[in-house]
Amino acid sequence: MQQTLFIAMLTVSLAGFAFSCYRRLALVTVGSSEDRFDRPLDRLKEMLIYAVGQKRVVSRPFGLNHGVIFWAFLALALANLEFLVSGIFPAVSFALLPATVHGALLFLFDICSVATLFAVVVAAVHRTVQPPFDGARTLEAYIILAMIATLMLAYLGLNGVRIAQGMLPATTATPVSALAASLIRATPAATQLETTGNVFWWIHAVVLLGFMNFLPYSKHMHILTAIPNVFLRTMGESNTQERESFLEGNRFGAATVDRLSWKDLLDSFSCTECGRCQQSCPASSTGKALNPREVIHAIKENLLRNGAVMDKLAGDLAAERTISLIGNETKGSIKPAALWSCTSCGACMEACPVFIEHLPKIVKMRRHLVQMDASFPEELLNLFENMEQRSNPWGMAPAERSKWSSQLNLRPFEAGETEYLLFVGCSGAFDARNKQVSVALTRVLDAAGVSYGVLGKDEKCCGDSVRRLGNEYLFDQMAKATVEQFVAKGVTKVITQCPHCFTTLKNDYRQYGLELEVMHHSQLIDELVAAGRLTLSGTAEIGRTVFHDSCYLGRHNNVYQAPREVLRMAAGQEVVEMGRSRENALCCGAGGGRMWLEEHEGTPINRSRVQEALAHKPETICVSCPFCMTMFEDGIKDVTGVTTQVKDIAEVTALSLQQSLLPPSIS
Amino acid sequence: MLVVACVKQVPDTTQVQIDPATNTLIRDGIPFIINPYDSHALEESLRLKDSHGFKAVALSMGPPNAEATLRKALALGVDRSILLSDRVFGGADTLSTSNVIAAAIRKLGEQEEVGIVLCGKQTIDGDTAQVGPGIAVRLGYSQLTLVDRIEKIDLVQKTIVVRRKLEGRYEVVEARLPVMITVVRELNRPRYPTVPMRLSSAKAQVECWSNEQLQLDVNSVGLKGSPTWVSRIFSPERKEGEIIGDGMNDPVGAANLLLDKLIEGDVLAV
Repeated sequence: MQQTLFIAMLTVSLAGFAFSCYRRLALVTVGSSEDRFDRPLDRLKEMLIYAVGQKRVVSRPFGLNHGVIFWAFLALALANLEFLVSGIFPAVSFALLPATVHGALLFLFDICSVATLFAVVVAAVHRTVQPPFDGARTLEAYIILAMIATLMLAYLGLNGVRIAQGMLPATTATPVSALAASLIRATPAATQLETTGNVFWWIHAVVLLGFMNFLPYSKHMHILTAIPNVFLRTMGESNTQERESFLEGNRFGAATVDRLSWKDLLDSFSCTECGRCQQSCPASSTGKALNPREVIHAIKENLLRNGAVMDKLAGDLAAERTISLIGNETKGSIKPAALWSCTSCGACMEACPVFIEHLPKIVKMRRHLVQMDASFPEELLNLFENMEQRSNPWGMAPAERSKWSSQLNLRPFEAGETEYLLFVGCSGAFDARNKQVSVALTRVLDAAGVSYGVLGKDEKCCGDSVRRLGNEYLFDQMAKATVEQFVAKGVTKVITQCPHCFTTLKNDYRQYGLELEVMHHSQLIDELVAAGRLTLSGTAEIGRTVFHDSCYLGRHNNVYQAPREVLRMAAGQEVVEMGRSRENALCCGAGGGRMWLEEHEGTPINRSRVQEALAHKPETICVSCPFCMTMFEDGIKDVTGVTTQVKDIAEVTALSLQQSLLPPSIS
Repeated sequence: MLVVACVKQVPDTTQVQIDPATNTLIRDGIPFIINPYDSHALEESLRLKDSHGFKAVALSMGPPNAEATLRKALALGVDRSILLSDRVFGGADTLSTSNVIAAAIRKLGEQEEVGIVLCGKQTIDGDTAQVGPGIAVRLGYSQLTLVDRIEKIDLVQKTIVVRRKLEGRYEVVEARLPVMITVVRELNRPRYPTVPMRLSSAKAQVECWSNEQLQLDVNSVGLKGSPTWVSRIFSPERKEGEIIGDGMNDPVGAANLLLDKLIEGDVLAV
């Protein structure tokens, strides 16, 4: 009877579970295609490290707690499998295995159950006392925790009864179950062991099957999707957006879920709502409209509401019948102000334990706003016009581009004559403060005898800001112009002093068939020192120095050590690290085109970062990016009574050059 | 009813240089832009299209390469773009330019009633501010110059009320349609073309009218029809500047020096 009832329940549950999973996951197929199956072995490795190994999960506070639950779940999956199988075939159980193996398994299950119980209590207390974000104390979260705890208690209770009944040996292999057994013996239940056992068994059965059927409708869907999501992570640069094809009749960017890729949609089902992205986000943490967690959540909501319709209708018709992904009011829509708040710093993606890629989605939605609706913050109109007309953000006359070097006698780049192209960048050429960095860099290069040339007036903007802002059409024109110019001139090796130029030339232009060897000046200087071509004597002028990581050099390109090495040798001292540095560094606020936008909401990001730096009482804040330079210089002006100076890596290096090494024309 | 936006393609003045030998503008390799004031006229024509159902026409007189500007107007949403281009129109001053444009608007009016002609208040290359009023006079339209706001349009009564931005004051003026309006930058914020519109405008037809269509007396157009001509263009002489003080190391001292200089030179009064 009991067996028949269980088989019926199991059948219904499995069918229900399969149906729910199918119904939800099938929605993912409304997304556009994207290849995420290249390099399968590398993917497998990543999955083992980050999903099975929980590398990112455990790297932050309370992550270990999740790790315990996850690993215990893996072990207990065996116990639950046994539970389900013996529910159907009572004769089949691990007891059939050799006693030593059975004993080892029982021990493992015992320890895992009690560890999970402990971790669940910690999780519940943590969520109650110090929730990861406002609104994290949801009923759903507590129900799930309660279900897990009940499963553990029922398992231990059931084993306790069996030991009390003598069906299981009470050995050192089952310390917790043995404890449960002695507790049961001490209660009136001791006389009703059979019934008590049945009660525990049925509690376990009902909660287990209930849990399974609840999963697909909760954030605990991640139990199913997170591991594949890590396998399917981008293996390239997540900040190098896909090109768009500018043919008549095409649509651009994404304002509906069918314009996102299937992986974008899978991401939304993988979100565990842990809140780490929003804790790391410079916009969220300074009071802007953007919350990366809510962006992903809105995509999921939108997909659940619209997915079924999308599947049947395509294109414009689908867009008409469904709610837009971008909007100010509706649930399942993301506010334009949120999309424009993103600095594209990538901190959210770095923080996400399951490798959700927020940034590409935000750029896709920006692309829709700019290209389909011509709707964007008003400051950008000038930027776009300036970029299109004069190929620089300020709208300066292109003829002025070489003015910074009018006293320097730089060589024009010529393939065969000069080894490197020094790509100065718009800031290095036009911005008063950053022109000083350009000059310092040429001093360093000259001192090391590097063979380089410049494009002078003919250099054009690389287009980084317009691409991150979603004006892909304009970026496409700008990229083609520079790629064509580089090919014609035979440019193969490039030095940049701007991480935005660096990433664009190195990663984005690859999509245009141009493979360049691009070096950020900090990498080149590091190499020159290591090769003995530069001797740095250390300088007393910079004093105690903190280093600020540029997002586009660090997180987006993994260059962390080179600038630190240079700084260590140039300053003759160890660099002072900020609390949030390297992968976890806070953005200066200027990436993703934010350089050209006012910050109307919340506190300015740069002020927040300047405060972090000043807490270390530095004499110098060292940067490696012209945008960071501007943001720090501006941020420090707002703080009174501070004499801290902001210097670029190149300036610090130039200061520490031995005087005798300076070329006579400059010293 | 038609709204006609007159636009001129001008060299990007920040990049213009004068050939010292011939005293003419070096136009080679200089990018052209739409005259900034005209972009506000164009925008207003599009707003009138959206708000009052006008049909928007962009009109430009210039060499064949001015087609680029008219194509951009199509990308922004005008219904028709017409280029007035003919060798006999070349070398025109403001009088003969307004003759040609007025003739074109008259010709447009034969097909559909023209309600409003919009021009920028002046161009950044010629800076005369004469062509707009010239068109109005030749067409017998009321001229409403320096408009920074269109207050009301009554298409039944065929009247318009606009605000003119004058030195230190505003003037609200009512006139009977058709009118010629010159606009200032404050009138509106120009839109940005969407990509689908850019792509479709790339293939769209920019109409080209020569004197064959307009049938003007060749003595009233181009150089022949121009009572004025430019005899010389030259850059004003500028004295070489000097670097004073040391702004990097002594900003306060440098600022004081600068103030002294400015007072000395009577740029600032104490």
